[in-house]
Amino acid sequence: MTAVTFPLFPDQASSNAGSVDAIYGLMVLLTVFFSVAIFLAIAFFAIKYHRKSEDEVPPEIHGSLALEITWSVIPLAIVAVIFILGAKIYIAASRPPADAATVYVVARQWMWKVQHPEGNSEINELHLPIDRPVKLVMTSEDVIHDFFVPAFRMKKDVLPGRYTQEWFTPTRLGRYHLFCSQYCGTNHSRMIGWVEVMEPSDFERWLKGSARTESMAAVGERLFARFHCGSCHGDGGSAPRLAGLSGRPDEAHLREAILHPARAGAKGAMPTYQGQMSETELLQLIAYVRTLFPEVPR
Amino acid sequence: MSTFSAAIPGKPDYLSDGYGLKSWLLTRDHKRIALLYLASITLFFFLGGVFALLIRLELLTPAGDLVSSETYNKLFTMHGLIMVFFFLIPSIPAVLGNFLIPLMIGARDLAFPRLNLLSWYIYVVGGIFTLTAAIAGGVDTGWTFYTPYSSTYSNSHVVLTALGVFITGFSSILTGLNFVVTIHKMRAPGLTWFRLPLFVWAHYATSLIMILGTPVLAISIVLVFLERVFRIGVFDPRIGGDPLLFQHLFWFYSHPAVYIMILPSMGVVSEIITCFSRKRIFGYNFVAFSSVAIAVLGFLVWGHHMFVSGQSVAASVIFSALSFLVAIPSAIKVFNWTATLYRGSISFQTPMLYAFGFIGLFTMGGMTGLFLATLGLDIHVHDTYFIIAHFHYIMVGGAVMGYLGGIHFWWPKISGRLYPEWWGRVAAVLVFIGFNLTFFPQFILGYLGMPRRYHAYPEEFQVLNVMSTAGASILGVGYLLPLVYLTWSMRYGPRAGPNPFGAKGLEWETSSPPPTENFVVMPVVDEEAYAYAVKKSPSHV
Repeated sequence: MTAVTFPLFPDQASSNAGSVDAIYGLMVLLTVFFSVAIFLAIAFFAIKYHRKSEDEVPPEIHGSLALEITWSVIPLAIVAVIFILGAKIYIAASRPPADAATVYVVARQWMWKVQHPEGNSEINELHLPIDRPVKLVMTSEDVIHDFFVPAFRMKKDVLPGRYTQEWFTPTRLGRYHLFCSQYCGTNHSRMIGWVEVMEPSDFERWLKGSARTESMAAVGERLFARFHCGSCHGDGGSAPRLAGLSGRPDEAHLREAILHPARAGAKGAMPTYQGQMSETELLQLIAYVRTLFPEVPR
Repeated sequence: MSTFSAAIPGKPDYLSDGYGLKSWLLTRDHKRIALLYLASITLFFFLGGVFALLIRLELLTPAGDLVSSETYNKLFTMHGLIMVFFFLIPSIPAVLGNFLIPLMIGARDLAFPRLNLLSWYIYVVGGIFTLTAAIAGGVDTGWTFYTPYSSTYSNSHVVLTALGVFITGFSSILTGLNFVVTIHKMRAPGLTWFRLPLFVWAHYATSLIMILGTPVLAISIVLVFLERVFRIGVFDPRIGGDPLLFQHLFWFYSHPAVYIMILPSMGVVSEIITCFSRKRIFGYNFVAFSSVAIAVLGFLVWGHHMFVSGQSVAASVIFSALSFLVAIPSAIKVFNWTATLYRGSISFQTPMLYAFGFIGLFTMGGMTGLFLATLGLDIHVHDTYFIIAHFHYIMVGGAVMGYLGGIHFWWPKISGRLYPEWWGRVAAVLVFIGFNLTFFPQFILGYLGMPRRYHAYPEEFQVLNVMSTAGASILGVGYLLPLVYLTWSMRYGPRAGPNPFGAKGLEWETSSPPPTENFVVMPVVDEEAYAYAVKKSPSHV
């Protein structure tokens, strides 16, 4: 981007961007229409009825019920339509498709740590293949942050103590800004990075080539052993065997079950693991536990 | 009704009823208290303006090079805190409302004059706390105090600042209480509810918000204080709290607070439009009840600040629908003001220019508010410069234009002098142009994705930021001019006479400046508000 161009829209690089831009365009048209209409009405009246002499006495006009109803009902109908259009996009944006790939994000003052299930992790960068829906499961180690990619028209706050999600399908190759858009302290404006959308083949190469250790689930399996989860949840343990349960619970439920077992509805004596593992370790453990369940969401 | 206006020789007007410091600092006269507020909020306005200027200078270049990030974060925090809590919220109610409500309803003072003076002292004490915090090193949480940043992580003077805001809140609660009681109990004989000027209706609605909303802000601040000082877990999840709870509590007050800022301005605009078109307001009942509707609906829409916060989808959908409803009473007002001009006798004096400016900028602010209420669109523009532009169109384009229009309109009544009309028009035009140049580019910046509260930004955003900073310098000149010529006019302006604009309303029936007791003979009302067509303006001098 050079200084000569004067763009009005950011790049359209997700399946969501077109519909957001469309409703934005509609709103701009409505704004122009009403602003111009009111401006013209005021200008017309102001010129036509400007004061001609100091002792002018205009006629008494109290109002008009018909007009009041008209200019209440028409705007009401217009905003009702906009409400529905906007709600549709929002509801779609809050429901990731079942086949979306999951990528984990841990935010902290002032950096983004991205963890791919395959084991690759990156700082302030997110590499993605084109045309594959991806779901981000995000949490923060300290204050509230926000994962905002203008080219995807997508953002969501990233909170400490819970998971939030956002999803999108990148549809254009390129490098796009990643911004933290929830004020998070001194270096808020430096908590920025890049999302790089790649050809699937390039992405596969990147996955294999970039610094990677083991898959998250493999690390999680060791954590499962280290925290002795198996002594209760394994064979002959007092707690339910995880593999036997039906349906794969989502990350938020597992987080709650590990950190606040009582709150998550666990009966019996499961202790809390709050404060005993880092956010990244918790995500690895969850990634492993999820592999124990059949692949149908609960 | 010109009988009320005769000043009795030997009876001083309120300005010459004592000159010593004590006669001002211990006054119980609502008009003098209004001037105490005028002086203090003007001080805060220009202080907040200096912070804004520094912010705009920093953003002239993409690199964060003028001040450090710590300083920049403190600048926008102090700008927001001072402008919201120490200028906008008290602005029209505490100055014009205080001065005019008793005059408009034909009373000698507010219901509780001592409480009124106490309100000002509370405001000053709160202001001193916040200024002390600023001098001691400032606060960097943003005016929104989001947790757990404010309650756990920030190393700045959160407690001292928050105490200042907490204390000032009580000033606002007491002012609201005073207005409600005064409007209920002290109206002149014959002045029924539906004969009240719309300025009074707007202040009644505003007072309800002040009384019902401000305590919730006070509670939220106390909870932040408890968590920060005593580590009682309310908001920080590491000690068992919920960070979103704070946002719910904060916006439960701070969204209605926007209506505390805009409703009085709407009241001012109703007075100005009617006077300078010599017409009864079109659809009086609709304009009056739309104020009440905005006040009530305003309490039900706080969740629209939280569409991307992690709030549930169902809550967001409901808050979006309710937010769209606020558009209806707002639109009703704009349409009725426009219709009031029809077949009027329109003159383009300074207050009317501000009123026209208000309608234009408020329409833009209101329409762009609909962008933010639109769920799918808010995901993209939330927490970007789009939202900065939107709320400045409402809170500066709307509230401050109304405030300046009102200050000019009632200046002859307040000071007894006329301001220089030509300079007034120049300033009004400068403010309008400067404002648009400052804030319109920010809509585009926001849609392009520039987040708010960024000390440094990518280079492609620079052109629009330069335009914005250029506009801010014009806006600054537009705001300084009235300070100069209004001060000048207090001594050198021509004497105004009781009713220089030929306006209707009881405040114009008494002399300018009014006597301490407001009216020599207590008025009796036998006509509707804005009865411009009933007879020729009698006391037009």
